[in-house]
Amino acid sequence: MFYIHCPYCDEHREEEEFHAKGQAHIARPLDPDACTDEEWGNFLYFRANPRGIHHELWVHAAGCRKFFNITRDTQTYAILETYRLGEQPSVTSQS
Amino acid sequence: MQKYSGFGLLKHALSHHENWQRVWRNPKPKKHYDVIIVGGGGHGLATAYYLAKVHKVTNVAVIEKGYLGGGNTARNTTIVRSNYLWDEAAFLYEHAMKLWEGLAQDLNYNLMFSQRGVLNLGHTLQDMRDIERRVNANRLNGIDSVALDTAGVQKIVPIMDCTSRARYPILGASWQPRAGVARHDAVAWGFARAADALGVDLIQQCEVDDILMQNGNAVGVNTKQYGEIHADRIGCVVAGNSGVVAKMAGFELPVESHPLQALVSEPIRPILDTVVMSNQVHGYISQSDKGDLVIGAGIDGYNGYGQRGSYPTIEHTLQAIVEMFPIFSRVRMNRQWGGIVDTTPDACPIISDTPIGNLFFNCGWGTGGFKATPGSGHVFAETLAKGEANALAKPFSMFRFHNGALVDEHGAAGVAH
Ligand SMILES: Cc1cc2nc3c(=O)[nH]c(=O)nc-3n(C[C@H](O)[C@H](O)[C@H](O)COP(=O)(O)OP(=O)(O)OC[C@H]3O[C@@H](n4cnc5c(N)ncnc54)[C@H](O)[C@@H]3O)c2cc1C
Ligand SMILES: [Zn+2]
Repeated sequence: MFYIHCPYCDEHREEEEFHAKGQAHIARPLDPDACTDEEWGNFLYFRANPRGIHHELWVHAAGCRKFFNITRDTQTYAILETYRLGEQPSVTSQS
Repeated sequence: MQKYSGFGLLKHALSHHENWQRVWRNPKPKKHYDVIIVGGGGHGLATAYYLAKVHKVTNVAVIEKGYLGGGNTARNTTIVRSNYLWDEAAFLYEHAMKLWEGLAQDLNYNLMFSQRGVLNLGHTLQDMRDIERRVNANRLNGIDSVALDTAGVQKIVPIMDCTSRARYPILGASWQPRAGVARHDAVAWGFARAADALGVDLIQQCEVDDILMQNGNAVGVNTKQYGEIHADRIGCVVAGNSGVVAKMAGFELPVESHPLQALVSEPIRPILDTVVMSNQVHGYISQSDKGDLVIGAGIDGYNGYGQRGSYPTIEHTLQAIVEMFPIFSRVRMNRQWGGIVDTTPDACPIISDTPIGNLFFNCGWGTGGFKATPGSGHVFAETLAKGEANALAKPFSMFRFHNGALVDEHGAAGVAH
């Protein structure tokens, strides 16, 4: 059971209040019409799937209902940090 | 290969069953194979078997990092059905269903394949419209499929709460009589034994940690235990680890790995002689020959490589089961476990060549690949033997996520498992 810190509520709450929404930091192409099929397909369907450190988008669905990011290890399930939208992770697989 | 039979059982009883031949050899890997299959789950083993049997390619190794069938193959809830909506998927799963029907004889191995029928319940008007549509599509494709109303469902499962008092009343179901269950580990062992008898090397406790490349082509694998092993063609059938292995070859797959769990109850007397699935309330159930209720859940929403599932998911699933079967409310649960399933955006598998020459992938079966085991191996063996996918496998190329030709079974077929 995850015990997740919501960076907006500034509180730890149980997993059931949250929903995972997939990979974080996906930028929509600025000019979709100029994309090749490959670029557009990558944007729509290809997601990072690391065994290890992963940056994810979550929503505090049964709380403040805001979206935020989690850095989590997909092997150990340890939550390494949570941070607001627009911010960058401080823990990465490089660091 | 020693043939199994009733007579053999009697004969070996005389020597207290101490002289049975080993089920397969345990060879050291050779330096070079025609084909290497990475992953010794049901799909990988079936691929090896059909390569040897149908295509006479016998210089083959299956490389497995743990033990045969120890991945999702022996962790699943064993539901076998073929009533998928779209032609491409229906043809592929029905191809598997036809192979299932003669498989125990073909492999000379008791797979306990039991065509006890599968019900997919409908709880809303929209569910029922989708069921009608899918049943009609199935029938046009020659797949046995019937739409039932509430009374029809109640007749098949008398112990289910089909009254209008239920929180999510059961309005009807689709019913596939030829569907059912099989013993999962026997499927892995049966394919392994038959492949070994045809000369395939089964290499267990051997982890692939790199794909060897030369001028953009794959030429072999590196393993932790035995170093380099070379091959003309490589087929990767590693389910939840597909993304990790693709990365070794330097490309990405459109798959995400999620935990999926199941649980079984204490064994009880025979009470449920079919399989009941509900996508709407998200639970499904059957009873094994041992007597335990086999219960499956939905995936955990987050990516994960830990072979365990979350507790909230167990709770939601059991709520759904008890709602449908109040009679089970006091049955105790015995064991719970998880597997890592490789989901794709359109809930259909990837059977495909890749950006790397001589490297092929069979993955993306997600929550529902057990039912396809023989069919998946059969078509993938042809891909590996000829270097090109046949008509059944072609729609499942990984490049469909670039050209847009998805086979959207998500939702359409009530696709869980
Ligand atoms: C809880 C649960 C319930 C399910 N219920 C159903 C169901 O009712 N009906 C249904 O049809 N499907 C079901 N499924 C899905 C089904 O189990 C899978 O789709 C199917 O078994 C996949 O088979 P496979 O042989 O491709 O994978 P696996 O059996 O997972 O085999 C892959 C193998 O690759 C090995 N491997 C991975 N990486 C490496 C490496 N680097 N080197 C060497 N070996 C490696 C693994 O150890 C593993 O043994 C369920 C799955 C789960 C987890
Ligand atoms: Zn919050």
